[in-house]
Amino acid sequence: MIRDLERSKGSDTTYRKERLDRCIKARSDTIYALSSYREALYLLFPRGVTIVGLLVLPLLLPEYWTKVLVMTCVVALLALSWDFIAMAGMFSLGQTLFFGVGAYLAGALNYYLHLSPFFTIPMGTLGGAIFCTILILPVLRLRGIYFAMVTFVLPLLLIRIIEMTGIFGGVEGLSALSPLPNLWVSVYLIIAVFLVCLFGYRRLMDTDYGLILKGIKNNDLAVMSRGINIYWYKAQALLIGSSAAAFAGAFVTHHYRFVGLPAFSMDYTILPIACTVVGGPGTFVGAAFGAFLLMPLTELLRAIGTWRVVLYSFFMVVFIILVPEGIFHYLQRKYHQIERLVKTE
Amino acid sequence: MGEDSILRVERLHKSFGGVQAVLNVSFNLEKGELLGIIGPNGSGKSTLVNLITGFVKPDSGKVFCRGKEITGKKPYTIANLGIARSFQMAKAFQDLPAFKNLIIPLCAPRVQKIRGGKYGERDDVAIDLLEEVGFERDSAVPFKIAGSLPHGYLKRLELAQCMALQADVIILDELFSGMSMAEVASILPIIEKLKTEGKTLIMIEHRLKELFRIAHRVMVLNFGQKIAEGLPNEVMENEGVKKAYLGSEV
Amino acid sequence: MIGMLIYGLINSAIYILMTIGFSLTFGISGVANFAYGAFYVTGAYITWQLINSLGLGFVISIIISAIITGLFGALLYWFVLFRIRGLLLSEIIATFGIGMGMLELYRSIGLSGHSYKLPTFVDGSVEVLGVYVDYQRLIIIGVAAALIFFLWLFSHHTKMGLAFRGIAQNEHTSLAFGIESEFTAMVSMGMGCCLASLAAAVIIPLSLIQVEEGSNVLILALAVGIVGGMESIAGVILGSLIFGYAQIAVATYFNPHYTVIVMLVAILIVLVIKPSGLFGKFKELEERV
Repeated sequence: MIRDLERSKGSDTTYRKERLDRCIKARSDTIYALSSYREALYLLFPRGVTIVGLLVLPLLLPEYWTKVLVMTCVVALLALSWDFIAMAGMFSLGQTLFFGVGAYLAGALNYYLHLSPFFTIPMGTLGGAIFCTILILPVLRLRGIYFAMVTFVLPLLLIRIIEMTGIFGGVEGLSALSPLPNLWVSVYLIIAVFLVCLFGYRRLMDTDYGLILKGIKNNDLAVMSRGINIYWYKAQALLIGSSAAAFAGAFVTHHYRFVGLPAFSMDYTILPIACTVVGGPGTFVGAAFGAFLLMPLTELLRAIGTWRVVLYSFFMVVFIILVPEGIFHYLQRKYHQIERLVKTE
Repeated sequence: MGEDSILRVERLHKSFGGVQAVLNVSFNLEKGELLGIIGPNGSGKSTLVNLITGFVKPDSGKVFCRGKEITGKKPYTIANLGIARSFQMAKAFQDLPAFKNLIIPLCAPRVQKIRGGKYGERDDVAIDLLEEVGFERDSAVPFKIAGSLPHGYLKRLELAQCMALQADVIILDELFSGMSMAEVASILPIIEKLKTEGKTLIMIEHRLKELFRIAHRVMVLNFGQKIAEGLPNEVMENEGVKKAYLGSEV
Repeated sequence: MIGMLIYGLINSAIYILMTIGFSLTFGISGVANFAYGAFYVTGAYITWQLINSLGLGFVISIIISAIITGLFGALLYWFVLFRIRGLLLSEIIATFGIGMGMLELYRSIGLSGHSYKLPTFVDGSVEVLGVYVDYQRLIIIGVAAALIFFLWLFSHHTKMGLAFRGIAQNEHTSLAFGIESEFTAMVSMGMGCCLASLAAAVIIPLSLIQVEEGSNVLILALAVGIVGGMESIAGVILGSLIFGYAQIAVATYFNPHYTVIVMLVAILIVLVIKPSGLFGKFKELEERV
């Protein structure tokens, strides 16, 4: 139970605001959730709505909006990836690095070796994640700010290299790549992976393994003094987190049948961070929530063109300063707790 | 004083810039001993601990554990060899409940080897450990967020973390500082119990009366150098030690 | 050969000018100003406005623009960063977001293109050791050298400069001495942006004012910092020299297109052998007990 003290101004009787967990929350703790339908529903409702809603949505939406849904899930995956890496204390300014490497790997395997998406997507995911982790390995020993700097700089340099040397298709990129069978497969594939990542990451962070990662973020010296090799765990976190982003890249390559310089575009860095910051970092649902909020919004505002990025940046800055917990945290609190004014003597 | 004392420190040197923090310090530690390290502030006690546990690399000198050299190894490697330390500024994980703080040392490879354990079991072990250091089992205290614990409990938590590692050598950096007489009196039995279990302890302390009650041997540092070593009472008779603590006529 | 030496020097001087503001802010207050590139471009635009719209003289415009940009940076610190200082995530995102936002804003408003040029100080060129170098580039070298000299003088011989170094070395102790770290951080941010504006005024005449230049400058500042070491002037100089000469060498002996690879390779090599930069003073994690 959390109590907040707030005095109402200018009156004789003073009140304080009190926040209490809802009864149903206490009743549905652990095994007691099975005691009746109400408790079970309390827990299942948010999760059920998410899963069922997402699975049903493609059947209801017109084709244009289905494609928007696909991109929303892609950005949501990137946001999940960012959130996971951030939970181990690493703040990346370069999700686009993981995205682009996954995209190019899948595209190159398809273009040069003619492997089908069936192979290129998993290989792009795994290969991209491993490659990026090894690339960033030396920076894990340094302060967090160096991690941000290096992840920021690397994709930008890679763009310029591809541009200048013309490898992997250079400025024009690789096109006419094999497509995914049809839109239905695309949509449900990305939705499935998104849900797996969402629930999977959450589950992982609830275990003792996740606790170690949280500890590393909280106080890495202490974790190190207790016998844990923090660099190894950080590398693992990076690997696990970046595979979601690499998958997104590999997927998009085959969805659009094209991979080129836009695969490393700053959009893929800014969007996930903006979504996570607005939704609320630290709970994967917040990141996903932010994505599902902001992406359709910008689609509606498509007319404004490049002002999009200005808007995102604005949101990002405003939220991280004024509302650092994000929107989702507020919603979660409302779901779990009630507030009331209580008279004090 | 054998070659495989549980801890052997040989001629450690460390300077930071122009300051000689530790100068030519050597000592041996046998299994089951409780060594007290005392000295005025700034005499290099914490630096010495940092050098032994791998947080700072020495300029020269060596550290051996059971005959094997551990100088300059990473802190987590040394912790897994069985040397645990507490911090002067208690480093708890502020946002986690108290017992969750212990899960992290319980996940260390060393503990895995000795104890095994899957998700769920560690929680129980953690709560047992907290009871051993004096957290009341049936109260809400073990579940409180570590950041909100009072100072005495934080220090106990530090001790519990070292015990969770199943360490053979526990180095306690100013465990008693900030504790009331009653709190110290309640911790002393816990340390006695560790001694009877065969653990080796190094305690850096300023509170000499309590320390001398439990220490086998005492070592005095001043300006980074070892100026005396021996039984507690003998050491306090030493002129150099008196001068170090009380100052001398200029 | 002589040409390569001279052009390498010019390149290095350009990089020094571009980087030194960022390094200063980071070295003193630990704030990585990801909006640095945006301030660079902002300084150029303000100078342009002052010259073209208000008709002020060139040198005056540069000075006023530098002051305005510096104030802008300080205000940014005061209103935004002050509240979130110490929260790493918030700091990074705030400066990053503001920088990106500013650059995209400029792009959206349309402040790019051929009409935005800054005039050179002096036209014409001179022959140095058998190589033709235009005056603007020589001025760049001169300005870079003068800047380094003044910064050295400032940090070693003035009260404020010594305060900067104190804060950089140990913030808590400096606070105990009465040096206000918040104010110093604000000043360091202001100075960093001011230097960005100066650099822009001297370098941009070589081409045009372009929004992309903002991103390029930031990338360069980061790259030079990563390679040479973020916290010191010596690191900036070393990193700039390495990049300046390596790029010229690659352009001469291989292909001008490969110069970008130099940056990436240099960064990767440094990360492997000494991650904190060649002159970096940063200690490994364990040492920060």
